[in-house]
Amino acid sequence: MSNETEQLQNYIFRVRRYDPARDDEPYFEDFTVPCGPGMVVLDGLWYIKEHLDPTLAWRSSCRMGVCGSCGMLLNGKPHLACHTQVRELTKEILMVAPLPNFDIVRDLVPDLAPMLEKHLKLNTRIIREDVEEVLEPTDQYWQDPDDLTAYLQFAYCIKCGCCMAACPTLATDDIYSGPMPLTQGYRYLIDTRDGAFKERKKILSSEIGPWRCHYAGECSAVCPKGVDPARAIQLMKRELVWDYIRLGKRRHQKPVGLLPKERRATERREGIAEAPEFTIDGAVSPAEQP
Amino acid sequence: MPEIKQYPNKLGLKGWVVGGKWGPERYLYTLHRVTGLGILLYFVMHIFVTASRAISQEMWERAMAGVTGTIFLVGEYLVFVAFAFHALNGIRLALIELGVLTGPAEQPIYPYKSSLNVQRPFMVVMMILVLVVVLAGGWDFFIAAGH
Repeated sequence: MSNETEQLQNYIFRVRRYDPARDDEPYFEDFTVPCGPGMVVLDGLWYIKEHLDPTLAWRSSCRMGVCGSCGMLLNGKPHLACHTQVRELTKEILMVAPLPNFDIVRDLVPDLAPMLEKHLKLNTRIIREDVEEVLEPTDQYWQDPDDLTAYLQFAYCIKCGCCMAACPTLATDDIYSGPMPLTQGYRYLIDTRDGAFKERKKILSSEIGPWRCHYAGECSAVCPKGVDPARAIQLMKRELVWDYIRLGKRRHQKPVGLLPKERRATERREGIAEAPEFTIDGAVSPAEQP
Repeated sequence: MPEIKQYPNKLGLKGWVVGGKWGPERYLYTLHRVTGLGILLYFVMHIFVTASRAISQEMWERAMAGVTGTIFLVGEYLVFVAFAFHALNGIRLALIELGVLTGPAEQPIYPYKSSLNVQRPFMVVMMILVLVVVLAGGWDFFIAAGH
């Protein structure tokens, strides 16, 4: 225990503060925070809230880089506060500010609503004609591993907004959708289960589409989940250009259907353990269901 | 419900230049835009100067006399530098935007590698080419031409 205390070292957290009820302009306030090895920025913010200033506001939830709530500008670069160790970033002073390119609600809380509105505008969901099957699925759609690989990387997005904060185009352009919505747009554009390529094309060919991206690449550099939005946006452009010059594969392609019947009844592979006995009276296994 | 006051936090033009600890591609992005605007400005000036020939020989000679001298020579060289960079970087961007230099989607495995890593060797080659063209142009502008 004493060994752990010896390893603590004081760091200055220079936090950008803004209270809409009191302040006209944001300002920086310094806090001295003892940090040990492995301590993340979020731990430091909790220390400030519990010991130094209970009015400090930020947004966080899962503490494990999954929910995407705690995106912040740490020493000038967007990071997740729960995912970034203090000692990894600085030896003395750590600048903590809200994500730029979003309005500040209070202290370190950005207003992510415009990003999510843009996300919705790009129809980020599977759209098919067989609505009944989508709402009440009877089986899985037939995608091969290559179909899955084409979009899976982009499906890991946690909507933290770090890419939006790093994008220089978005810094001067309100109309541009930005990396996160466009990556999700591409994720559904390329999904072989989707049947709305024509509708998506119309939206993406407009000014909210990918055309204002000129590959600064920062969205990919800062993404905490390795989603690579810059790649998705360029691949989206390629898909749209190929379609425009009538070389696109997706143009005539119908969305994939359900798994063919002959593939549904597969033999159980050896070595797979049996499911445990039901603990609820009257429960029926999926295989025995009508 | 009363409207909540929020503080606008767009980086604006500062976002093009003072980004923080960014990679080289961001600075190439900014330089590409600045050189594009510079070439456009030169193009407008060029149209005005050459249009004077349509008015009279005297106007043409007067316009040409107004754009000679060391400052304009250096300015013209800068236009050449901007053109060389914009053209060669433009080839890189066109190949990236057609998905040639980004690589296909892949599983994100930590430490993450992105499309930036895929295109970077080509970026380095193009920037070396820019340097060679700019140096060759400088030799031609200032030494071979005997200015």
